[in-house]
Amino acid sequence: MNTKKLGAGLAAVALVAGLAACSSGGTDTPGATTGQKLTMLIGSSGDAETSAVQAAADEWAKSSGNTVEVVAASDLTQQLSQGFAGGTPPDIFYMGWDQFGTYAQNKYLDPYAKDLSNAGDFYKSLKDTFTYKDTFTCAPKDFSTLGLIINTDMWKAAGLTDADIPTDWAGLESVAKKLTTDKVAGLSFGLEYARVGVFMSQAGGSLVSADGKTVTADTPENLAGLKEVQKLHDDGVLKFPSEINSGWSGEALGKGAAAMVIEGPWIKGIKGDFPDTHYQAVELPAGPGGQATFTFTNCWGIPTGAKTSAAAVDLVKFLTSDAQQLKFADAFGVIPSTESAAKEYATKYPENASFVKSNDYAVSPVNFAGSATVITDFNAQLATLIGGNAKAILASLQTTLQAALDEANSK
Amino acid sequence: MAKGIRGGEAGRGWLFISPALVIIGLFLVLPILLAVWVSFSDWNGLGSPLSGNTSFVGTKNYEKLLVDPGLSQRDFGTSIRNNFYYVILVVPLQTALALFLAVQVNRRILKARGFFRTAFYFPSVTSSIAITGIFIFLFSASGAINALLGWLGINGPNWLADPRGIFHNFVELFGVHSAPTALAAGGPLGISWWEWLAGPSVAMCMLIVLAIFTTSGTFMLIFLAGLQSIGAEIDEAALMDGTGPFRKFFSITLPMLKPTLFTVITLGLIGTWQLFDQVYLTGGGAPGKTLLTPAYLSYETSFKGLNWGQGAAMAFLLFLLIVALTLLQRYILRDRHKGEKLDKEMQRQIALHASVTKGGTS
Repeated sequence: MNTKKLGAGLAAVALVAGLAACSSGGTDTPGATTGQKLTMLIGSSGDAETSAVQAAADEWAKSSGNTVEVVAASDLTQQLSQGFAGGTPPDIFYMGWDQFGTYAQNKYLDPYAKDLSNAGDFYKSLKDTFTYKDTFTCAPKDFSTLGLIINTDMWKAAGLTDADIPTDWAGLESVAKKLTTDKVAGLSFGLEYARVGVFMSQAGGSLVSADGKTVTADTPENLAGLKEVQKLHDDGVLKFPSEINSGWSGEALGKGAAAMVIEGPWIKGIKGDFPDTHYQAVELPAGPGGQATFTFTNCWGIPTGAKTSAAAVDLVKFLTSDAQQLKFADAFGVIPSTESAAKEYATKYPENASFVKSNDYAVSPVNFAGSATVITDFNAQLATLIGGNAKAILASLQTTLQAALDEANSK
Repeated sequence: MAKGIRGGEAGRGWLFISPALVIIGLFLVLPILLAVWVSFSDWNGLGSPLSGNTSFVGTKNYEKLLVDPGLSQRDFGTSIRNNFYYVILVVPLQTALALFLAVQVNRRILKARGFFRTAFYFPSVTSSIAITGIFIFLFSASGAINALLGWLGINGPNWLADPRGIFHNFVELFGVHSAPTALAAGGPLGISWWEWLAGPSVAMCMLIVLAIFTTSGTFMLIFLAGLQSIGAEIDEAALMDGTGPFRKFFSITLPMLKPTLFTVITLGLIGTWQLFDQVYLTGGGAPGKTLLTPAYLSYETSFKGLNWGQGAAMAFLLFLLIVALTLLQRYILRDRHKGEKLDKEMQRQIALHASVTKGGTS
């Protein structure tokens, strides 16, 4: 008897202690925009980004009477999940486009963006990315699009001029052929949805219908896109990074294993490892369905129901202002998410103007809740694309993506 | 109740073990119970799983993994297949290698035994992340391994980017390129028999070599301890009976090492089914999901898909699998011949001896 009671008592104590550990603390005054202590979690590209964000946050903190602690995450997704599960999410954080749908569906995010005073200034494609169930949820902080990056030295050596810059698939095939040598692949990009999907869009394909109810993966347009990738590879002018011993196509470009790659503005990161590689970014060629590229973006996420949300929204307003976004662009090269600031950026950094210009017709990769596992599966199946059955890959994608979409729409 | 000199001992006993109980309860039992609850719930990782916005969904999470056809089931099936081939190759090979190394460094005539013991044990004390990093370099398309194979005239594969199963590669030599109709469909967990029989991918082979290299040192140490507890007199007795080294190893050393062998295989089984670090570092299942393991899939489902219920269900299925396999292994390695070993003559003598002593005392 005695021992049983004691055991039960101990279990109860343990349970209470455990539950107490799960609940979150904090006695801040709700809704106040001064005197708050904010924590910001960012997925930083390096010291330049971290210190620029910290400097901007400090500037806002000083003028508004708050304090902001900027934490650079080593694994942003995991640290965010931990924070939310423990009831102590950061007060403001980087939210990637790929995770946005899942976070919005699970009601992690405060839909503050629709009420922002500068909500109308952002690119429409970026607002669409961060719109969940017709509500513009969080403010985009920057964007990147994919372009064709050309090694200019090899371009000249092959006797090509500006007039040869490809504007359609036929042009791409012919310059890739001219640039291909025994040691250099004419074209290289990763064999994944985030690159191959661009060809599908250029052929006029999409993955989800305009009303967001039907998956349109298994279509002749998408098949044409995949067939083009197969053709380039069969011709021997396209090599995937792993085939030319590179981690990603930027590395292949840097060390001269590929003459052209499909990457975004982050390509400038190869400067550290390969300072002698000269390159130029141009818009991607159009396919039979017109011009298309992908736009990748992050937003400033604010957790739902946080006591500090009023102050955090104020901080977002400050961070997404044109002046501040241009400062970030100077510090670590991101492209501003508002149209006016992006135009200014394009004149200031003409080498990246093509990335800004292509955002006018760019589409966002599919990102509804639960689509990530399907895309991972699609990427795995793409490994069999060369010499494989492109139609079967799309048919499988059609089934799995439709199942995921139905589940997402039922919630 | 009579309170003697030992009265209240029980209460004090509980008091003394209470710190341990609290710690185990708080950090082991409670989280496990909570995980059981999560695996039966639709918790989405927002706030506590015991709060109001989480509801009981019955066995839905388990059904999605085991019964309902779909991507969840197929992913789980793929991860089980991958890990199965990993276990089936790593456990026997690492055990055999560890035993071989232990016997070698246990020999008295070996010079610089200390050096060899340290050298073989060294990979075990190095962090698995560091070793995986080195292996990724060694096995890259133009890495040291392929350079070595190149000297031998072999064109090495692009190890880490090769999703082809080695059994599939093998039957391709005989002209079988796609699934025969008998194997094209069916199969448990949404995977066709053809896919089940793919064997480990070329990329997985790298992880298998890596695991054998790193863990055999640890198990060598355990075997070494076992070997040293075998008395020298047994060795001498075997020598007097004229056994050769092979007979001695298989008839004396190995049977006497049986408890150690059991420990090593059990630890090996548990460890290999929980493969995670290497998968995390090599790109989360790439190439072609052939490196996906249940432990990594559980992490990804929970932390990235925010589908914590399914992730927890996966963890429990993995737990059940490990328990089942450990029990099976225990059954196979049980002492089958207890009492039968003594031959007739010996039994007769014992009986005679017993009756003599009995007769002597009565």
